[in-house]
Amino acid sequence: MNTEQQNTAAGPELVVGVSPHIHSGASVERIMLDVVIALLPAVAAALYFFGLNAARLIVTCVATCLATEWICRRLMGRNNTLGDFSALVTGLLLALNLPPGLPTWMAIAGGVFAIAVAKQVFGGLGYNPFNPALAARAFLLISFTGPMTTWSASCIDATSTATPLGMVKEAFKAGAPAPFAMDGGLTLDFLLGNMNGCIGETSAIALLIGALYLLYRRVITWHIPVAFIGTVAIYAAILHAVNPAASMPVHFHLLTGGLMLGACFMATDMVTTPTTARGRLIFGVGCGLLTMVLRTVKTGAYPEGVSFAILIMNAFTPLINRATRHRIFGAAEAAKREARK
Amino acid sequence: MKVSPAPFLFRGGIHPPDSKTATAALPLKDLPLPARLEVSTSQHLGAPAAPCVAVGDRVTAGQLIAKASGFISANVHAPAAGTIAAIREAPTPTGRTATAIIIETDADAPAGEPPYKPIPDWREQAPRSLLDRVAEAGIVGMGGAGFPTHVKLSPPGDKPIDTLILNGAECEPFLNSDNRLLIERAEQVWEGCQIIRRILGAGTIRVAIEDNKREAAKALAAAMESAPDDAHIHLLKTLYPQGSEKQQIYSVTGRTVPMGGLPMDVGCVVENVATAYAVWDAVVNGRPLTARAITVTGDAVNTPTNWFAPVGTSFADLVAASGGARDNLAKLIAGGPMMGFALPSLEVAMSKTSSGLLLFPRECVRPYRSMACINCGRCVEACPLGLMPNELSQAAEADDIDEAENRHVMDCFECGACAYVCPARRPLVQHMRRAKAVITQRRRAAAQQKKT
Amino acid sequence: MITSILVVSGIGLVCGVALALGARYLSVEENPLIGTVTELLLGANCGACGYAGCGGYAQAIVAGEAPPNRCPSCTPEALAQISAALGIAPIEAAAREVALVLCRGDDEQAQKRFVYDGITDCAAAAAVGGGDKACRYGCLGYGTCLRACPAGAIEMVNGVARVHPELCISCRKCVAACPRGIIRMVPAASHTHIFCSSRDPGATVRKVCKVGCIGCRICTRLAEGAITMDGTLAVVDYKQPLDNEELPAKCPGKCILKV
Repeated sequence: MNTEQQNTAAGPELVVGVSPHIHSGASVERIMLDVVIALLPAVAAALYFFGLNAARLIVTCVATCLATEWICRRLMGRNNTLGDFSALVTGLLLALNLPPGLPTWMAIAGGVFAIAVAKQVFGGLGYNPFNPALAARAFLLISFTGPMTTWSASCIDATSTATPLGMVKEAFKAGAPAPFAMDGGLTLDFLLGNMNGCIGETSAIALLIGALYLLYRRVITWHIPVAFIGTVAIYAAILHAVNPAASMPVHFHLLTGGLMLGACFMATDMVTTPTTARGRLIFGVGCGLLTMVLRTVKTGAYPEGVSFAILIMNAFTPLINRATRHRIFGAAEAAKREARK
Repeated sequence: MKVSPAPFLFRGGIHPPDSKTATAALPLKDLPLPARLEVSTSQHLGAPAAPCVAVGDRVTAGQLIAKASGFISANVHAPAAGTIAAIREAPTPTGRTATAIIIETDADAPAGEPPYKPIPDWREQAPRSLLDRVAEAGIVGMGGAGFPTHVKLSPPGDKPIDTLILNGAECEPFLNSDNRLLIERAEQVWEGCQIIRRILGAGTIRVAIEDNKREAAKALAAAMESAPDDAHIHLLKTLYPQGSEKQQIYSVTGRTVPMGGLPMDVGCVVENVATAYAVWDAVVNGRPLTARAITVTGDAVNTPTNWFAPVGTSFADLVAASGGARDNLAKLIAGGPMMGFALPSLEVAMSKTSSGLLLFPRECVRPYRSMACINCGRCVEACPLGLMPNELSQAAEADDIDEAENRHVMDCFECGACAYVCPARRPLVQHMRRAKAVITQRRRAAAQQKKT
Repeated sequence: MITSILVVSGIGLVCGVALALGARYLSVEENPLIGTVTELLLGANCGACGYAGCGGYAQAIVAGEAPPNRCPSCTPEALAQISAALGIAPIEAAAREVALVLCRGDDEQAQKRFVYDGITDCAAAAAVGGGDKACRYGCLGYGTCLRACPAGAIEMVNGVARVHPELCISCRKCVAACPRGIIRMVPAASHTHIFCSSRDPGATVRKVCKVGCIGCRICTRLAEGAITMDGTLAVVDYKQPLDNEELPAKCPGKCILKV
C-alpha cells in the first residue's frame, strides 16, 4: 500500500470545517425566489384588472428597490446583496400594496424608504424589525394620504372612488344600510379581484394559489395565515350575528381590504415574524384582532387595517418569541428532580 | 419477542437523504493486515491509557500495550503481533493529538492463544467477573463518544436499571457498519447483549433499529428466535438523530432523561450493537477489542467497502485498500457526515470509535458564504432538544456568552440538525461549540479559584 | 394655535423648573477632583489599570488607593497635571509598552495544511483540526485580537495581525485574546524584534515557514547578551540595549526585523 502517493493525492487542498458536513440545500436565495414565483399569479391579476398602471407601478417599485439596495450596500462598504433577491421581493410586495393611480414619483419615494430606511439602516436582510414593504406603505399612507386612498373606478360603481371597505364604512357612519348586497355575482367578482383596491390585493384566488405554492415549498407554515384569516372570520361572524344591519357578512371581510395579501405574504415574512409554531399562532390571532378592530371601530381613520395590524404585531415579535420558547428536552424533569432534593 | 414500531417520537429532528445504498448490501470484508499500525492511547473518553511496552519490544496479538489510567479510562491492546517501532504523539480522528504506539506488524506470526480465558459458560458466572472482563478487554462505546463500557455498566446502587436498549439506529447517513454487523453477526450481537443484561441485572431488552434497516431487524429477530425472551425490537421512524441516547430512550420508553442527567437516572442503559459484539468477543472468545467494522464510502473513493479492520489502521491504508481516492477528493470525514470530524490528511489512524470514513468530492464541498439569520425558525423546528439555535448562535456571535449559558447552550450535543436546515448557511454548530468552550474554560477557572 | 403654543411652553417651563430644583437639592456630593482626574485620563475605559473604567480609576486615585501612573496610555504631561491637581510630588511615568505580534508568517511566507471553512475567529479556528497554519505557533490571522482591541490599533496584513505601535494604548486585551499566546508587550522604545514564537526544532520550522526562527544562535552572539535562547527559540531580553544594526541582515531565518 503506497501511502506516500495517497497522501499527495489528498494534498493540502482538503477542506476542514465543523460538522455537519452535509446540508439540506435550502438557501435564502431560493426562499426569496419562491416568494417571487408565488406572487406571479397576483401580478398577473394586477396586470389584468389595472392594466398599464399596474405595470408602471411594478416596474417602478422593483427598479427603485433594486437600485436603492445596490447603492446602500455600496455606500456602507458592504457586499452586494442583490443576489439574495430580497430587494426584488420587497419591490414586488410594495407595488402590489399601492393604489393604481399613485404618481410614479411617490412609488419611487416608497421604494427608497422601504430599502434604505426600513431595511438597510438596521443592517440589511435579517435585521429589520418591520416588514420593509409594509413600512413603506405606512410611510406613503401617512405622507400622501390623498393619493394613497384615491382608487380609480373599477366595477362596483363606475363613479365611485372608494374601496368596498371604504364605502361600507362611510355608509354605516352615516347610518345608512350597506351600499351593496353580497350576492353570488358580487362575491365572484371579489374572489377574482374585480373591485377597487391596491393593485395586488384584490384577487383572492391569485393570492391563494401563491400561498398554496409557498406551503408546498415549505417556505411558510400554515399557522399565521390560518390564525389570521380564522380570527377575522370568527370576529366578523360574531359581529354579523349580533347586528346584521350594521355589519357585513364574513366573506365580505375575507375578500376585501388586502386581507389575503396580508395574511399570506406580508404576515408570513420570516424576518419580522415569530419563529415558533405557537408564536406564529399568537401572531396570526393578534393580526386578525387588530385588523377587525381597525376596520370596524366607528371613528377609526383607516378602513384598510391589515397593514397597520401586521406592523403593530411585528413590533411584538421579539416578545412573542421570548414567551413561546420551546420546552427544553428534560428541563421539566430536571426541575422536578431539584424540587425533590 | 415482538417486532413493533417504537411507541413514542421525540420533537424535532431532520430527514437527510440516507445515502446508504452504495454500501448497504456489501458484506463486511476483513482488511489484509497493514504493515504498520498506529494505536492511539486515547481512543476513549477520559484519561489516555499509559503505555506499558517499550520501543523494540515484541508483542503478540491481543497483548495489553497501554493500561487504563484512572477511573474513566480504558485498556489498549495490540491488534496484531509485531514489534513496537515508536511511541510518539499522533493526531486522533477527533482532531486532537495523543500518544500513539506504532507497531510494525508481523504477518507470519502464528495465531496464538487468546490473551484472556474464554468464558463460554457466562450464564453460570457472576456478573462481577463478566464486568471485569469488559474492563480488561478495553471495551468502549463504539457508537461515537467512546465512553468506557465498564464504567457505564457499573451504575451506583441507587440507580436501578430496568431497561437495556440495544442501539442499532445508525441514523447517520452513509454509514453501514452497524447495519452489516447486525445482518451478518446477529447471533453474536444478541449474545453480547444478553451478557450485558446479566452484568446490569436489567429486566427487559429493547432493541432500537430505524425502519429503513428491515434486513437487520429481520436478522436480529431470527437470532432472538433461537433465544426466546421477553425482548422487543422497536422499529424507529427514520429520523435523525434517533441514534442519540436521550432521544432514543424517549422514542422507545417515553421516559425523558432530565437535563444534565444520564440515562441511568431513568433506569436505562443504551449500548451500541458494535459494543455488544465486542462484549461477546471478549467474554466468549477471550479476545480484547482490537478490530471493528468501518464503512469507507463517498463519491471520492473508487470502491466503497465495509471493512472489518484492526484498530490503528491508517486511513491512508484503508483508502488504498478501497481502490484509492479519486482526484476530486476535497473532504475527509472520520465518522458520519452529521457529527463526524473533518481530517486535515489521510495520515490519521482509525480508533475503536471509527464507524466510517467518508471521502467527499469537490462538488459536495462548495465553499459558501454564510448570511445573517433571516429568522425562518427552521432550526428551532429541527432542534431535538427544544433549544433556539438561532438566538444561541447570535448570542455567541455577539460574545454574549452569559446569555448563551442561561439559554442552555451547554445542553447542545452538536447533532447538527440546525445547521443542516439553515438556509442562511450559518455555522451554528461552530458557534455553539465556541460558546461551550468558553463556558467550560470559565467554569474550570472558577473551580480552580475555589480550590486555592 | 395659541392654546397649543401655550400648553407646550407650559410643559417645558414646569419640567425646566423641576429639573433645576432637582439639580439643586437632590445632587450627590462628589469630590470635584474626581471629575478633573477623569478628564485628564484618556477616557478609553480599556481596563488596563485594573479598574472598571477611567471613572473608577480616578476615584481610586483621589482616594489615595492607587498611584496615578497605572494608566498606560496617559501622557507624561497629563500625569504631571494629575499630580499637581492632587497636590502630590510628580510621579515618574512608567515606560510605555506596546503590543507586538511575534509572527510574520503571512499567507506568502507560511504554509497552510488545509482549507479552513468556518467562522472568522482564531480560537474557533484553532479548535478545528488544530488550526490551518502548518506552524503550531503561527498567527492564525482570523482577527480575534483585532476585535478585542479597543483602540483600533490592529490590522490584518496578508493574513497576519500587526499592531500599529503609535495607536496602541497598552491595554493588553489582545495579549489575553490571542489563543496562540503570541502577542507580547514590548517597550515602545525598542525597535528590533524577533518575529517568531515557534518552539519547534529548526528543521520543522524551515518546512512550514520562510520567516521562522531556526534556532541557529547567530543572533545571540551578535547581540551580546540582549538575545537569549529559550529552547530552540531566540528571545529578545528588552532590559538590555540591543543596538546591533547588522542583526536583521544576518538572521538566516529572516525573522529579526527593525521596525
